[in-house]
Amino acid sequence: MLESDISAALQQQVLDAFHKETPLSISASGSKAFLGNASRGQAIDVTGHRGIVEYDPRELVLTVRSGTTLHEIEAALAEAEQMLAFEPPHFGEAATLGGTIACGLSGPRRPYCGSARDSVLGCKLINGRGEILRFGGQVMKNVAGYDVSRLMVGAHGTLGVMLELSLKVLPRPAASITVTRVCNAAGAVSSMSALLGKPLPVDGACFHGEQLYIRISGSAQAVREARSKIAGDVLPDADAFWHALREHQLPFFKRNGALYRVMVKPATPPLNIEGTWLLDWGGAQRWLYSNEDPASLRHRIASVGGHVTAFRGGKQTDEIFQPLPAPLLAIHQRIKASFDPKNIFNRGRLYAEL
Amino acid sequence: MPHLRENNTALISALRGLLPSESVLADAEDMRPFECDGLAVYRQLPMVVALPETVAQVQSILRLCHAHGVPVVARGAGTGLSGGALPLADGLLLSLAKFNRILNIDVHNAMATVQPGVRNLAISEAAAAYGMYYAPDPSSQIACTIGGNVAENSGGVHCLKYGLTVHNILMLKVVTMEGELLTIGAETLDSPGYDLLALMTGSEGMLGVIVEITVKLLAKPERAQVVLAAFDDVMKAGEAVGSIIAAGIIPAGLEMMDKLAIRAAEDFVHAGYPRDADAILLCELDGTHAEVSEYILAVRNILTASGATEVRTAADEAERQLFWKGRKSAFPAVGRISPDYYCMDGTIPRRQLPHVLRRIGEMSAEYGLAVANVFHAGDGNLHPLILFDANKEGELHRTEEFGRSILQLCVEVGGTITGEHGVGVEKIDQMCVQFHSAELSQFHAVKAAFDPSGLLNPGKAVPTLRRCAEFGAMHVHHGQLPHPELERF
Repeated sequence: MLESDISAALQQQVLDAFHKETPLSISASGSKAFLGNASRGQAIDVTGHRGIVEYDPRELVLTVRSGTTLHEIEAALAEAEQMLAFEPPHFGEAATLGGTIACGLSGPRRPYCGSARDSVLGCKLINGRGEILRFGGQVMKNVAGYDVSRLMVGAHGTLGVMLELSLKVLPRPAASITVTRVCNAAGAVSSMSALLGKPLPVDGACFHGEQLYIRISGSAQAVREARSKIAGDVLPDADAFWHALREHQLPFFKRNGALYRVMVKPATPPLNIEGTWLLDWGGAQRWLYSNEDPASLRHRIASVGGHVTAFRGGKQTDEIFQPLPAPLLAIHQRIKASFDPKNIFNRGRLYAEL
Repeated sequence: MPHLRENNTALISALRGLLPSESVLADAEDMRPFECDGLAVYRQLPMVVALPETVAQVQSILRLCHAHGVPVVARGAGTGLSGGALPLADGLLLSLAKFNRILNIDVHNAMATVQPGVRNLAISEAAAAYGMYYAPDPSSQIACTIGGNVAENSGGVHCLKYGLTVHNILMLKVVTMEGELLTIGAETLDSPGYDLLALMTGSEGMLGVIVEITVKLLAKPERAQVVLAAFDDVMKAGEAVGSIIAAGIIPAGLEMMDKLAIRAAEDFVHAGYPRDADAILLCELDGTHAEVSEYILAVRNILTASGATEVRTAADEAERQLFWKGRKSAFPAVGRISPDYYCMDGTIPRRQLPHVLRRIGEMSAEYGLAVANVFHAGDGNLHPLILFDANKEGELHRTEEFGRSILQLCVEVGGTITGEHGVGVEKIDQMCVQFHSAELSQFHAVKAAFDPSGLLNPGKAVPTLRRCAEFGAMHVHHGQLPHPELERF
């Protein structure tokens, strides 16, 4: 695979933008350009900054340049029987790790094996002053300084241009099966919630089309043992199902209209909101196609302790993410200014005020 | 109001207006228990100690201190090992000890909401009735509080599989230095905006005062079993650790001890450790019954193939507890064989272990001080215990020098100066080795975003650039002057 280090050129572009105070829009393959407010500014393209810098399977740590594709990373990990535990959605053939981390997206395994943010150990970045900074490292335990690496996850590129990321990786489970059965939404929520209290190697739980899907992964023995404790039939070709769920390729996601990502406590009973639902993450992440007014939808979800992202299919000029309370927004603005004093990076992409 | 910082009496009487009088301590004798944390070589009485019991009281105290420029140091149980809770002579020590209630256990959502003064172990004890527990288990878990755990991002022996504090919390309620109550994170698996939860975790009381914590609970594994392996060579033990992980097994705990640590622990608690071994590994596997059986067999084979001189599976739960007791007693056990010991805390990439242990051995000879090594081998977190006698002229000083050299070695091999104990006052100079000026400046800017007045735990965790310049001038490394852009003093 092609390797190249273009950090000097990226740094120069940021320095120029800093001096001229011109906005930059950080881009790579564009696979997640739909998420967030439309970007403004001159493109700064990190796709050329690519390659695996270091990977020693025995250390369970991978260090890569941010423009490296998920495909390349996953292929290298697969050779050593390892994986990114957070099962990242790609949403495009050429999706890069940098974009995945910037968007903070995780797949079906997330409630059980951790999120994109949980995997991050270290980060090298260019801040808004054009300085190249390194935080965290290549070790599992590190409490020197504030956890700036994890702050980058889900910041949508508003704090800096990520150059390199170190991630914790995990062995691929030796065996995995998916058990499925017909049930209603309320039954699915209570079944998925009950699994949280049981010591079973569950690493996926989804309710879709009146059908509950439970994925069990681990050693061959563990899977066999757990199978006997979970009612339902074994789903053939389960990998294809979870892949389609992760990539939003199930027929459910082929609808037109606004798709919302609704985050609630997993045991929250099915919500009486007009629309079509799919429950992932054991009920903690729910996808909703709805014509409901976005503001009232946010209000409803906030009243049960949740929050909403207008994920796809809406206007990219509207409010995408759940608005922040004023004191938190003020801290966000000060953090943004501390990394990017001239507000050059991804202006307005996360919130209009940032 | 007059400037209270110059006027202790006025501050104390203002505090007595906010809190019951027994919750404000100002006499030296009353404040003595708060003069240090677990790093007792640093001691300092604060100006005053406040022991609030409501969030509103915390807010009032912080507003008062903010208005009058009085620095504030928050404290949990005071078990920290880096001086993070060391008081300031002109500051207020804010004890969260009275925030000791478990507010809610939500089994259906696998979470618990607790006050910061709740002991780590108490959460798991309360959750046990539901077959659940809170995973991070620092060795001080019987005493340390969850608030302190969040402030330090505490780990424990189960980190490799279950993560650190940052991986096991969902939401915090935090009071800013201005007295504002914030909710950071959410009861959901993620929250809108920046990941301030990650930023708060491990921030050593520099960004806000934590007054409530929502933690994740996990289902208690059906079974846990431990294998003990002895080696006649530390290098072989290190190699075995890599082989276990390369086989796709993530142990719940994977600990290594060297000869001095083995002997001290064995003499202390009679754990059944082989006294003549150069190193032992303790490998704990957990999961379902069949899964544990399968992994035990695999791990035993790997250990034997790696050259272990002896491989023993705990015969029963009592022996499993005994194997762990030896490890968990390693620090006090070393305390029995030496008048004093100094516990270091660095993390290294695991493959560097042979090199690092060899260098520590060489330095031990150079400094004339013995070292016992205890190692969270699974995640690369090394705890060298330097044996010394504080009553001997110059030994403490030599010990500290030795400790600093070990931490610099950790950085050189791609590791870090602190894996889980925090920077506090102890490792503040080593921060200058690990980070450049621009990175330290970024940390200061992050602090200012939360605490523009700079009154929360000032002087800890992140050194000033001036301090680094002075430190750099003393410790020129490989002929390279760190922070070359700064004037020298």
